[in-house]
Amino acid sequence: MDDRTPGIRPRQTIGRLLDALARRFFPLAMTVALVLITAAPFRLPGQAELQNAAALACVWFWSVFRPLSMPPPAVFLVGLLADLLDFAPPGVGVVTLLVAHAVALRWRRAITRQGFLMIWLAFVTMATALAAVQWLLTSLLTLRLVPLGPALFQAMLAAGLYPLLAVLLARAHRTIAEPANA
Amino acid sequence: MPLRQALSKLTLPIFMVASFGLMLLGKADALLAERARMAVADALSPLYAALAEPLSVVHRGIEGARHLATLHEENARLREENDRLRRWQAVALALDAENTTLKAQLRWIPDPAPSFLTARVVADAGGVYARAVLLSLGPNHSVARGQIALDDRGLVGRVTELGARSARVLLLTDMNSRVPVTLENSRGRAILAGTNGPRPRLMYWAEGTQPAEGERVVTSAEANTFPPGLPVGVVRYSTSNVPEVVPFARLDRLEVVRLFDYGLKGVIPPEASVARQSERRR
Repeated sequence: MDDRTPGIRPRQTIGRLLDALARRFFPLAMTVALVLITAAPFRLPGQAELQNAAALACVWFWSVFRPLSMPPPAVFLVGLLADLLDFAPPGVGVVTLLVAHAVALRWRRAITRQGFLMIWLAFVTMATALAAVQWLLTSLLTLRLVPLGPALFQAMLAAGLYPLLAVLLARAHRTIAEPANA
Repeated sequence: MPLRQALSKLTLPIFMVASFGLMLLGKADALLAERARMAVADALSPLYAALAEPLSVVHRGIEGARHLATLHEENARLREENDRLRRWQAVALALDAENTTLKAQLRWIPDPAPSFLTARVVADAGGVYARAVLLSLGPNHSVARGQIALDDRGLVGRVTELGARSARVLLLTDMNSRVPVTLENSRGRAILAGTNGPRPRLMYWAEGTQPAEGERVVTSAEANTFPPGLPVGVVRYSTSNVPEVVPFARLDRLEVVRLFDYGLKGVIPPEASVARQSERRR
């Protein structure tokens, strides 16, 4: 992939190119799939909050560890899909996910050096702030004070979900989503 | 290379601005946002409908296991209730017969029987701050906005958004739902306002017709959006002494609803009003 590092590499073929592309787009495809699955009729209590929390956790993880695979257009797409599926005012989910992406890009070097706990703490702080932002924007756009409870629940759900999701995503990060493995 | 770097630095701000633009667009052109949502819902509803079948089997299995634990008490309760209902059935049959004879003497014009179709609930379409469900419909359906959804027990809500293969029903518990109702004993009118919680709240009843605990609430024909007398729920006072209604419909486990066409056009549905405005602008 990278011409700047010296060494012997296998020849570029169509197959290897496709493989690398698939690995590159794996994070986006997985996030979209997760958003679609969490919108399926499982009738879990708090499923809408779960969807937002899962999208946020995925965007945060990939923006911290592999921002090339989760560029702003991909974040925009995920947010738009979540908004349309949720029948939420369009744009609210997009803004929150893009803010998460921006924060992750800005702080990724500082927090990854501190280890998992720091990443998680940063995520919890951000998820809480973003749930508040989402609540505020929804209230503004629907011209009605929506209840604060679901926002709080969403933040807590995101905090609890992140470690579980991070275990799976970290495995994927090292294996299936690594373009260098192609 | 510097240009490319500058461009890649700019993508995030550009998409940020685009998302705020999207927010404004969604607010300015509600019709476009609605079409986009229903297009996504249309595309996904066959998939979710296919998923709904095995999932409901699982749900029923879990429900069945839960019922096994309380089988004995449930049986005793049902036997007692059955005795009570049998007495009521006798009363109802007598009243029905009496009613028929009285109507025959009065030359009463009966209400036309409304047409209805039954649709499967395929997904929750509420999100975090709304209460709604998505129905899967056939490709050439005759459903219109404003049609009334009922389950086997009572009022569920109204059709608010319509796609080619799906429809969204706003539940009566949604914050934006307002249903004109009649308190059955006092015949007083009130408005049933959703709160996003499980129990919508009664508002604006006239002085002297205070809702009574346990009183049945039915729809009212005022505002010409609902036919009179559809069962809605029972009045319960909350701990803070606010009259709320426990809906008859099992809104948390809707599987199948019936959509009734009463031909009522009291409140102009959103798409029609938007279309009319844009026509006026032209």
